[in-house]
Amino acid sequence: MRVGILALQGAVEPHRAKLAALGVEAVAVRLAEELAGCAGLILPGGESTTMLNLIEAYGLEEPLREFAARRPCWGVCAGSILMAAEVENPSQVSFGLMPITVRRNAYGRQNESFIAKIDLRLPGEPPRSQEAVFIRAPRITRCAPETRVLAELDGAPVAVEHGRHLATTFHPELSEGDRLHRHFLTICGAQRLAGAG
Amino acid sequence: MEQGLRLKVGLAEMLKGGVIMDVVTEEHAKIAEDAGATAVMALERVPADIRREGGVARMSDPALIERIMKTVSIPVMAKCRIGHFAEAQILQELGVDYIDESEVLTPADEAHHVDKFAFKTPFVCGCTNLGEALRRIGEGAALIRSKGEAGTGDIIEAVRHLREVLRNLRAIAQMSEMELMAEAKRIQAPYELVRYVHEHGKLPVPMFVAGGIATPADASLVMQLGAEAVFVGSGIFKSENPAKRAQAIVKATTFFDKPAELVKVSRDLGTPMSGIARNALPEDQKLAARGW
Repeated sequence: MRVGILALQGAVEPHRAKLAALGVEAVAVRLAEELAGCAGLILPGGESTTMLNLIEAYGLEEPLREFAARRPCWGVCAGSILMAAEVENPSQVSFGLMPITVRRNAYGRQNESFIAKIDLRLPGEPPRSQEAVFIRAPRITRCAPETRVLAELDGAPVAVEHGRHLATTFHPELSEGDRLHRHFLTICGAQRLAGAG
Repeated sequence: MEQGLRLKVGLAEMLKGGVIMDVVTEEHAKIAEDAGATAVMALERVPADIRREGGVARMSDPALIERIMKTVSIPVMAKCRIGHFAEAQILQELGVDYIDESEVLTPADEAHHVDKFAFKTPFVCGCTNLGEALRRIGEGAALIRSKGEAGTGDIIEAVRHLREVLRNLRAIAQMSEMELMAEAKRIQAPYELVRYVHEHGKLPVPMFVAGGIATPADASLVMQLGAEAVFVGSGIFKSENPAKRAQAIVKATTFFDKPAELVKVSRDLGTPMSGIARNALPEDQKLAARGW
């Protein structure tokens, strides 16, 4: 199985390393044709404004929407901002791949970045405590009722799942362990077996 | 790595593959953000002007930095003088996202750099070789950049520094364990960090390039050589069409290995910054020699 990582800018390498350790080939996706053959796509952390700029300049918006209609996507931090239905602070373009509202830099600037323990509740597994790294992180301020909350911090969701898509406001690629990467690969595998697209 | 340092390096990870641009006004900052900069460096004068005007170059006015922080949603960096920990304390209190302890400003201490572990705000520091990079990391820097020769628009020093660091990294990776202490002594670097390099074949923090980048081709060159992101100082706002050149350098950094794309973005950019050949500079005007 091959999984794409949107590689316009940002923390691509740590995701590649996690996937490689799980025996999965990562494909750096910068152009629409590089999405072909990917079982899923990770939209990594970085600067959402930079990524939006390049997505627009290279006509990636429609190909991304079409891909997301068939295959799983996982937005991490900036990636979750791109996937949201609505973005605050400031308001900006997003692709509405998940019915969530995301507030940028909701905890503050870099001096307010932090590492916390969260309880991650993955489907079919007992909840387990794990580390979560938040860097100039966004906050999910609203999500549609059918969204499954996988983890919360101080009452706000920090990991959510909706249909085949996943969003986390923290950076699992910067911590030990691979539960979320495994979970995403499970979704990708199931989607493939279902023969979608 | 302890938690504080992991958060500092974490932000540098997020800046990879992007362009950090020097800006001196809110208008510049907005142009940089709209062009796709991953961060801006807020300062009163770009290096080319510091060079031209001479005198002592210090930390920028906090009011200017604050205005820029209010204008853009991307990270804002600011510079303090080498060894000037009081300027660094002021920048931390202001809440900037990264502090650049920079040779572009006039050094405040001729022997010591800032103890960067004493700060919550992450630091980026320049280097000309691996020993210098590891000394800065040993003091707590979470991001390393080449010094290059700022304000010249001449890429030769940045290339020299990047190649020098990478050559030494490869050499240490190949050494036997018993050679490591002698190598640490030779390059004047902390032994534990030389060990890290031996085991991992890379620096423990990201390596970006700064100093003399003026064109999309310059960005492509350093990215192909192994830089993980680029800083552009005078190269954008000292050129004829800053908005267009800024966007072109952003695209060139993402598509650094695709010449067909580089052709497109390099067309019709207007006049680049005029620049000064590095070899034409008198020794006492070479900024890269600052730092210990």
